[in-house]
Amino acid sequence: MLEISLQIALLLVSIALIMSFYRLYVGPSAPDRILALDTLYVNTIGLLVIAGILLDSALFFEAALLIAVMGFVGTVALSKYLLRGDIME
Amino acid sequence: MNKTRSSWLPHPFLSLSLWLIWLLLNNTVSAGHMLLGAILALVIPLLTRGFWPETLCLSKPKTLFKFILVVLWDILVANLIVARLILGKRDHLQPSFLAVPLELDSPLAIGILANTISLTPGTVSCDLSADRKTLLVHALDAKEPQEIIDEIKERYERPLKEVFESCSK
Amino acid sequence: MPFAFELLLSALVLVGAVLTLIGSLGLVKLPDFYMRLHGPTKATTLGGGAILLVSVLYFSQKSGDVSLHEILITLFLFITAPVGAHLMAKAALHLKTKKVKRTGDYRGE
Repeated sequence: MLEISLQIALLLVSIALIMSFYRLYVGPSAPDRILALDTLYVNTIGLLVIAGILLDSALFFEAALLIAVMGFVGTVALSKYLLRGDIME
Repeated sequence: MNKTRSSWLPHPFLSLSLWLIWLLLNNTVSAGHMLLGAILALVIPLLTRGFWPETLCLSKPKTLFKFILVVLWDILVANLIVARLILGKRDHLQPSFLAVPLELDSPLAIGILANTISLTPGTVSCDLSADRKTLLVHALDAKEPQEIIDEIKERYERPLKEVFESCSK
Repeated sequence: MPFAFELLLSALVLVGAVLTLIGSLGLVKLPDFYMRLHGPTKATTLGGGAILLVSVLYFSQKSGDVSLHEILITLFLFITAPVGAHLMAKAALHLKTKKVKRTGDYRGE
């Protein structure tokens, strides 16, 4: 039963990914695209963790942790760029 | 620098959280990792002391604990509320910008308050005024704006003020 | 694996996935940027938290040992999501991103 619900969850998260991609593609403003990217990161973490349970492997944890850290840094850098037109000061 | 605080352990809370994060990251409680984590937890705050000029001041741990429980519960409720608002008809929503006057002074307390506001029902903190006196908040569905401001002040700001600012005098 | 435990895990993983989906649905459906900000910061974050909780329970049960390191991602997500949202909102305000006409303004300049 767990396997079936994991597969359904995988499907739902994949649909969520497609929706975020839609917002990334359509925009219309730059902050919208950053928000879509941020959502993509969080969705990917969910996708990786579900895949990790489904494949019975703990190796996906490190990948998920890395994406969480990199995603946050990316969001902050992009927002900073929009705010100041420059990342480092 | 505060003279009562020992110079080899300048930030006990930072050290404790570093130690816990090290153990969680390695997913173990073996003696070797506990020792290595303890060494790192002692050395890192000493090396980065220049970045943390002010020491954390906490009073009333009971209030803090209650505050954390309230926030966790509110996060759960907030998500159900936001999920219902998203699934409902979007024309019924009444979004607004609200200005919340702040009584907090310490930057850490303001930061925690802003994060709490973003995680709880239908509100996201957007901007802090230059004089740190008002927080600009966007609410997803504000039929009664004053009610939301009052709730934020009563539910989150008061306990934070008690915890972080009663010992600064 | 006991049946009740499996049921709990299945329910939790489905709840997490549905919350993630609702967050992204908000991203697509809501009319302006400031409203879209609410979906991902709340629903998606809690959905991710629920899925990570399933991972903690599953691997703890499987190895017969406590496996808590997924908690680290959950904590990290819950700390960074509001910070990211705040910065994005600030950037949007700076760029004067369009908002829907009926947005109430109680800033009291």
